[in-house]
Amino acid sequence: MTSLWPRIEPLLAGVEKPARYIGMERGSRSPHHGPGAVSWLLVYPDTYEIGLPNQGLQILYEILNERPDAAAERSYAPWLDLAAALREHAVPLFSVDTHRPAADFDIVAFNLSAELVYTNLLECLDLAGIPVRGSQRDEDHPVVVAGGHCTFNPEPMTDFVDAFVIGDGEEPVGEMTECIGDWKRAGRPGGRTGMLRALAAVPGVYVPSMYDVEYDGPALRSVTPRFNDVPSVVEKRTVADLAEWPYPKEQLVPLIEVVHDRLNVELFRGCTRGCRFCQAGMITRPVRERPADQVRAMVEAGLARTGYDEVALTSLSSADFSGIDSLVSDLVNDQVGCGNVGVSLPSLRVDAFTVGIASEIQKVRRTGLTFAPEGGSWRLRQVINKLITEEDLYAAVEGAYSQGWRRVKLYFLVGLPTEMDEDTLGIAELARNVVKIGKQHTKQASCTVSVGGFVPKAHTPFQWFGQNGISELRRKITMLRDDLKKTAAQVRWHDPEATFAEGIASRGDRRIGAVIERVWRAGGTFQEWSEHFQLGRWTDAMAAEGLDPDWYVTRHRTEDEVLPWDHIAAGLHRDFLWQDWQSSLAAHGLPDCRWTPCYDCGVCTDYALEHVVAAAVPPAGGSQGTGQDLSNGGAVPVVLSPTRIAAS
Amino acid sequence: MRGDAGFPIRIAFTKQGKVRFISHRDVARAFERAFRIEQLPLAFTLGFSPRPKVSFGLALSVGHESDAEYLDLELAEPVAVEPLAAAISAALPEGIHVFDVVALADRAPALQEAVTLVEWNIEVVPGAAQESGVIDASPEPVAARVAAVLGSDTLVVDRVRKGKTTQEDIRPVIRRITVLGASEQGTLTTVELSTHPTSVRPAELVAVIGQEFCEGRVRRTRQWIERDGERLDPLAADPRIALEARAS
Ligand code: SF4
Repeated sequence: MTSLWPRIEPLLAGVEKPARYIGMERGSRSPHHGPGAVSWLLVYPDTYEIGLPNQGLQILYEILNERPDAAAERSYAPWLDLAAALREHAVPLFSVDTHRPAADFDIVAFNLSAELVYTNLLECLDLAGIPVRGSQRDEDHPVVVAGGHCTFNPEPMTDFVDAFVIGDGEEPVGEMTECIGDWKRAGRPGGRTGMLRALAAVPGVYVPSMYDVEYDGPALRSVTPRFNDVPSVVEKRTVADLAEWPYPKEQLVPLIEVVHDRLNVELFRGCTRGCRFCQAGMITRPVRERPADQVRAMVEAGLARTGYDEVALTSLSSADFSGIDSLVSDLVNDQVGCGNVGVSLPSLRVDAFTVGIASEIQKVRRTGLTFAPEGGSWRLRQVINKLITEEDLYAAVEGAYSQGWRRVKLYFLVGLPTEMDEDTLGIAELARNVVKIGKQHTKQASCTVSVGGFVPKAHTPFQWFGQNGISELRRKITMLRDDLKKTAAQVRWHDPEATFAEGIASRGDRRIGAVIERVWRAGGTFQEWSEHFQLGRWTDAMAAEGLDPDWYVTRHRTEDEVLPWDHIAAGLHRDFLWQDWQSSLAAHGLPDCRWTPCYDCGVCTDYALEHVVAAAVPPAGGSQGTGQDLSNGGAVPVVLSPTRIAAS
Repeated sequence: MRGDAGFPIRIAFTKQGKVRFISHRDVARAFERAFRIEQLPLAFTLGFSPRPKVSFGLALSVGHESDAEYLDLELAEPVAVEPLAAAISAALPEGIHVFDVVALADRAPALQEAVTLVEWNIEVVPGAAQESGVIDASPEPVAARVAAVLGSDTLVVDRVRKGKTTQEDIRPVIRRITVLGASEQGTLTTVELSTHPTSVRPAELVAVIGQEFCEGRVRRTRQWIERDGERLDPLAADPRIALEARAS
C-alpha cells in the first residue's frame, strides 16, 4: 500500500485543525485498489468543514464503492498552512481515506458548486503534482473530471478539466468507470486522446478538447465538435426516479464540527416554482419526490447508524413536498433514536403554513427563522417570479413572532433586472413593517436583512442580463443601510467586489481560463473567504489577458448572441428562456407547472420525463400571487401569465 | 448533581493513533453519538436544550495520545456494565477504545477535581534549529538537564492568564522525571505531574528541561486519584458497591 501517512503525520503537528486530514469518519471506506478497479478520487475544492457534508460527493462515494470495478476515496482542499507544508516537504495531495497520493488515482473528480472555488481546483491539481492544464497531461496522469451545478457553464474551466459531467451523476459515473476500465483492459488504445474520445461518447459527459472554438473579435462565433461521433450538444443527465437511489445509505459522520453537521435526507430534486434568478431551480427540473415512506425509513436508519440528534429534510423548497405536514409530525412524534431528535427544514417558503410546520418541529429554542422574499416590491417579485405577496410575508412573520420566535432573517438580492431605487427602498419598508409586527409580540423582536448582489447564471431567463457593476451595487446597499439606520433592523451584505469576480467566471468563455490561472498563480486561493479575496488579482489578470471585465459582467446579451454554454443543454429550450426573459421584463409571473398545465419549457418533453409528485394539488399556504386563499391546500391556482410561449 | 437522577457510570478509554488529532470537544461529541447509537438510557439535563449528563476528566490537547482517559456518564436506569465497554467501543472511531466501565457511587467526586496525579510519556526532541548549531536531544544531555531540574528547589515560569503575566513556581508539581532512553528523534522520558495546586503542560515541562527542546510524541499513561496518602485508580476509587450487591 502506498500510504503517505508517515510523511503527512509530522506536518500535522504544525497546522490548524489537523483532524481535517485524518479521515476515519463513521461511514468512510478503505477500498481495495485491485488492478481491475478504476480508482476515483472525489475532491471537494474547499475546506473539509465545508466539503465533507456535500451530499453529491457522498452519494457518488457510496455508489462507486459498491461497484466491484471501482474504488473511491475523498480529498478536500488543504488549508493554506498545510498547502505550504506539503510544498516545503514535497509531499503531494492525498486522499483522507487511505492517504494515497492523488496522482495515483485513475480519475480525480471535483465537485464545482460555486465559481469562487475554481482557483482551488488548480491548487489541488498542482499540489497533486498533476499539470494544471489538460493539454500538458500524458497517459500516466489521472483524468481530471468535474461535476456539480457550475458545470452548466463549463467553459471557464475547460483548460483544466478533461471531462465534465452535466446533471445528476449517479448514472454517468458508472458508465465512465466502464469506459475507462475497458480502455485500460484493451491496452489503452489511442492513448490519452483515445480515452477522452471514448468518454465523450458517454451521454452527459462533455470533453472540451473534442471541440473547436471560434471567435469573432470579442464575441464567440461557434463551438463545434471536431469529430462526428462527438455530440454537438451535450444533454444533461437526470435520475428519473429518486426512489431507485436511496443514497447516501451510510452518511459520513465527521469527527470534527462541519457545516450542516446532522443527518441530511433529500426530499426531492428539482423545483418548478420558476424563480428566474435561480439556476439550481432551472437546471434540476423536473420535480422528483422521494416516496414519503422511503424518507421515513432513511431518517430512521440514518439516526440509528450515525447517532445524530438532528435531521434536515433537504430540497430547494422543502415545504413543497407532498404531505410535508404529516411527514414532519410523524418524525417529531415518533421517538426515533434516543429521543430529543430535532428536525430542520432548510429553505422555508414564505407563508404562514410553513411557519406552522416550523413551529411543530421547533418546540423549544425558537431563536431565529429565515425567509427569502428576494425582491423589495411586488412588481420586482413578479419580474423575478418569486410570487410572494406582502400579505404572505407579513402573515409568515406574524406567525413566527406570535409563536415565540424573536429573530427574523430576510434574504434579498440587489441588482436584479428592472430594479429601481423604489424597489431597493421597498426592502427597507418591508423590514420596518416586520419589526413593527415583531414589537407587538416581544420587545426583543429583531430583524436581520441580508443582501446579496445578483449574479446572472447560465440556463436561466436572466442569462442575457447585464449584471450591476460594483459602484451601482455599493450605492444600492448604502442607500438601504442609510434608510434602515436607527431602526431595529440590521443590514448584512455581501462584498460587491466578490460578486463582480463571480460574474466574470459565471458567464465566462474559454478565454477566462487564462484569467483563473493567473489569479491562482498570484496566490488567489480560497476566494470565497473574504480575508483571502482581492479583486485586484482578478482585474490584473483580465488586463494581462487583454479582456474587458465589463464585456463579461455588466453587458446585456442580445437574443442572437452565441452564449458560451449553448452547446450544453439543461433541457430548457432557448426560446422558452428568452420568452420568459421577455415576460420578466413585462413583470408577468409564471405559475408552477407541478399543479398547472405544462408550458413546455422543454425538460419533460425532450427527455421523456415527468414530475414525480405524490399530490396533484398545491400545498396549503402561500397564495403564490394569485390572491387565492390556499390556507387548506387547494385547487389549481389561476394561470398568471397572459403571454403564451410562442410555438417554436 | 451526580446520582440525583439515576445511575452514574465511569468509562475508561484510550485515544491513540490518528484520532489524537481531534479535540477534547470532538471526543465528547463522538461519545454522545456513540451513546445514542448504542441506545443507552441517558439521563438528560433540564432546560431548553437537554444534554446528556456527561462529565469529562482532564482535557487532553490535540495531538497528545492517552492510554488512560475517563468520563462519567449518568444513566436514567441501571444497566449491566459488563457488555458496555465492547458496545460503546464499536460505535467510536478507531483509536478510541473503551477498556473498562464501572458503576459509580452516587455523589462520587467529579473527575476534574478528584484526579491529582498524571503520568506521561514525553518524547524530548530538538526544537527548531538555531544559528548556533545542531541541537543534541540524545539521552545523555537530556539526562543531565533533567538532573538539574530535579535538583533545583524552585522553577519559576511565566504564566499568562487573562492577559496578565504572572510568575509561578512549578517545581512542587514535578514529582518524577525518568529518562527511559533514545527515541527515533530524541529521548523518551516518563514523568509524573501533580494537577494541584497548579498544572504543567508537557510542552512547558520540556521547555523547563531545556529551551532548545520541543515535545515530540506525548502520551498520557496513567491518571491517579490520591486519597489519604494512597494512589487509587479512577476506576477503583468510588465503586457503586450497593448496585453490585443488588446485581449479585
Ligand atoms: S416541461 Fe412542462 S411540466 Fe416539465 S418542467 Fe417544463 S413546464 Fe414544467
